[in-house]
Amino acid sequence: MVMALISPFVLLIGISFTLETGAQDEWVLSLANYQAVFEKPQYLRVLGRSLVISSLVALTTVLLAYPAAYFIAFHVRGNKMMWLILITLPFWTSYLLRVFSWKLILGYNGVINSALLWLGLIDQPLDFILYNTNAVVVTLAHAWAAFAILPIFVSLQKIDRTLIEAAHDLGENSIAAFIRVTLPLSMPGVIAALLLVFIPTVGDYVTPKMVGGPNGLMIGSLIQVAFGRLDNWPLGAAISVVSMITVTGTVCAFLFGIDRLKKLVARA
Amino acid sequence: MKDRAFISIKGISKHFGKVRAVDDVDLEIEKGEFFALLGPSGCGKTTLLRMLAGFEVPTAGEIYIDREPTAAVPHFLRPVNMVFQNYAIFPHLNVFQNIAFGLRKDRLPRPVLEERVNDALALIKLDGYGARRADELSGGQRQRVALARALIKKPKVLLLDEPLGALDKKLREQMQLELRDLQRNVGITFVFVTHDQEEALTMSDRIAVMSSGKTIEHGPPSQLYDRPRTRFVADFLGTMNFFEGRVAGSDGDGLAIETDRLGMVRAQGPADFAVGDRLTVALRPENIRISPHTPNDDVDTIGGTVSNTAYLGDRTHLYVTLEGSDQPVLVARQNMDGSGSDGPAGHAAVSLWWRRSSVLLLKSG
Repeated sequence: MVMALISPFVLLIGISFTLETGAQDEWVLSLANYQAVFEKPQYLRVLGRSLVISSLVALTTVLLAYPAAYFIAFHVRGNKMMWLILITLPFWTSYLLRVFSWKLILGYNGVINSALLWLGLIDQPLDFILYNTNAVVVTLAHAWAAFAILPIFVSLQKIDRTLIEAAHDLGENSIAAFIRVTLPLSMPGVIAALLLVFIPTVGDYVTPKMVGGPNGLMIGSLIQVAFGRLDNWPLGAAISVVSMITVTGTVCAFLFGIDRLKKLVARA
Repeated sequence: MKDRAFISIKGISKHFGKVRAVDDVDLEIEKGEFFALLGPSGCGKTTLLRMLAGFEVPTAGEIYIDREPTAAVPHFLRPVNMVFQNYAIFPHLNVFQNIAFGLRKDRLPRPVLEERVNDALALIKLDGYGARRADELSGGQRQRVALARALIKKPKVLLLDEPLGALDKKLREQMQLELRDLQRNVGITFVFVTHDQEEALTMSDRIAVMSSGKTIEHGPPSQLYDRPRTRFVADFLGTMNFFEGRVAGSDGDGLAIETDRLGMVRAQGPADFAVGDRLTVALRPENIRISPHTPNDDVDTIGGTVSNTAYLGDRTHLYVTLEGSDQPVLVARQNMDGSGSDGPAGHAAVSLWWRRSSVLLLKSG
């Protein structure tokens, strides 16, 4: 198991330091790939955009998932498991199929445009809803919803209900009790959900390719092109390594920030 | 119209579906009282407490707190605070923040807030514990923090749900006295729920005994213990020997009762029994003595055989079988000056006696 996890990783790092010469059986050690990644602005720009898009996706997903998880945890009496299974129901179909269905919904002749035209709210189809960043965010947020709902649900479910009663007893109405008790106690679930959505979406290339258009391009697409069409594995590996380190750094910075915030709140 | 009591509970009922958790309860609680709602689990005492707090809406009836009707007052605006059974200490806040939680709306300047919280910490003898995290507290400390957090709000009534249930025996006994002292010092009306009769007897000014959603009896602890009017209360508080009987005669001194196992018993019972009435005779184990010497008057005696003994340290329980009956009578014998081992042992023939004044007469059933 450890071998299966570590050996591809070591291999990837190894390849990233070689040079693609076109000749077989010839291995040249080189930093040229990294030089390329850092010198050509497009790579870092796309990487930066990937981080922004994934952050937006993670935020959107959590904002949409929280009410759903809250509803199941606090307002469903009886069969909560059934509700959770119902929520994962769309995820039983293929990921590609779901991305493609968003294309149908957001497209030029898609569901939204047809409906708006039929209602007479617009004269001609809106073209800013597909093939851009928004479409990527919407599609990814939907695709990863279940992964956000579950950890938030678990953290909400774990909250002792008498704590909320105690907040009411001490003079707080429902909104204040939520902000002062329920929300902070569910933060572990929220943080887990943010990371669970953020980390894998950074490297996604299917969704950007299908609904993203030129501006929705993400780092995963570049890696795929390097390994595929360009047949330049060392470059692809170098982009992967840089992207991996960046994601790790971002996550660490995020967790550190949360920790500082917690200490700040604790002192207040 | 007579002035209402400080807390007045009028015809309160709470139904959950078909279950009548609280069934037409009337109670009055005076200002500054330490009042216990005592009963077995499921008797409705916690539901009644939660209605006082406003967490449950009564199905019928009205609750007045400080002479004001409460039906329209949401729980977060009521002048009551609660100490929860599990204490409900906020785990993400430290002790200081827990205690200060309810003061947010007062918008106190920081030094005033700190003074108030430190005073509260001193009150519960936890000075300097402000920075402790909730999970660093012991059970007894959590209980004190819950108390301070509620008392700092200066409520008109403090509600306590099984306040000592989660503590071990030694700590519980200590906290019983501390709570009592604390209540006298702050002068706030305490209403607490417990299933532990000893806790209720130790701490309260008055007790209401509940069963199946109804209050069975209420009164000061000694009255309920020494002069219960119902079989339920006689049985629930302490231990009791019961005998079925019928009034055989009455004179100026009291009643003569023909019982199933004690023979003829005389009692100075209340006069609301007439000759021929069926009733239950009750005798506390500690009011039955074993000794060959009996005082001359006002006592009844009966002979029996010790069938079993249970040594409990401070006292020994003797199970004495009477002639013509299998069901033994429980007799409690105080063990003083190391006398635990020299009482009558198994199969010894003994003579039992009790004062007529300690015989209780209860309605049958």
